[in-house]
Amino acid sequence: MSDAKSPSALAELVHHVRKTREYGQLTDAIPYTRFMGIGVENLAGEMLCRMRYTPKLIGNSFIPALHGGTLGALLESSAIFELLLQAETPRVPKVISLTVDFLRSGKAQDTFARAFITRQGRRVANVRVEAWQDDRTRPIASAHALFLLAEP
Amino acid sequence: MSDFTLPEDKAGRLERCALFYSDIVPHNHALGLKLLDIGDAEATVELPYADFLVGNPETGVIAGGAVTTLIDAACGSAVILKLNRIQPLVTLDLRIDYLRPARPHVPLIAVAECYRSTRQIAFVRALVHQGDKSNPVASAQGTFMRLEE
Repeated sequence: MSDAKSPSALAELVHHVRKTREYGQLTDAIPYTRFMGIGVENLAGEMLCRMRYTPKLIGNSFIPALHGGTLGALLESSAIFELLLQAETPRVPKVISLTVDFLRSGKAQDTFARAFITRQGRRVANVRVEAWQDDRTRPIASAHALFLLAEP
Repeated sequence: MSDFTLPEDKAGRLERCALFYSDIVPHNHALGLKLLDIGDAEATVELPYADFLVGNPETGVIAGGAVTTLIDAACGSAVILKLNRIQPLVTLDLRIDYLRPARPHVPLIAVAECYRSTRQIAFVRALVHQGDKSNPVASAQGTFMRLEE
């Protein structure tokens, strides 16, 4: 991964992780997901993202609540990993637009996210994502995002 | 509650709002966000380039999530400036259009403007650029709600 000159290093890693399901190898290779504590987990046969709570994720110290930006980051990461690992896109999808609805304040604890590909075309994919903490039926944030999958 | 009203002079307002980047908001501090400038209802915030923010290790481009946080923070500050007082806010929604890829090793600068506020809701738009405002990396639109005190 450290070999930035090889354009296929990331693609090869993604290909490898799809087969082995050792998702940590992929999230560890991306500095930002490592910093944020965002990982991919297979829970009961379902691929979820988890953002592990650390105090540096806090946006409001008085409540305390997670920074809205961290939830946006989790939702976007979840959508990208869904496309990379489930839809098997040939390269890292580029986000075109992202709309986040903040539904409830995020407590100082782990947050989970699950992405669903609404439509996958040749060039563009539409993805929606939900994030929750204790209760999956009470999401704390949701997003829909558009991704460019390939150059013409 | 007059303690929470912003000072009238620009230096005082900037100093008070800068607390959201140095002390009050841990995640702003963790990303290294800096409040560069303020207007009556406008905030300019910088996200310095850092290796730990990279989302694509092959290109060195900063992750979208960090850009989202930059925009959310700048928009929140713009609302505080428009309301002229420090008060709790929640982000209701945020839409971001990624207009072109960000260049690595160059800071990202968000300029957010609160162009309308009502008793409960504030509307904000923002642009993110890397030195040239006419060639933005991202544009955003957000709505915020004032919390009861």
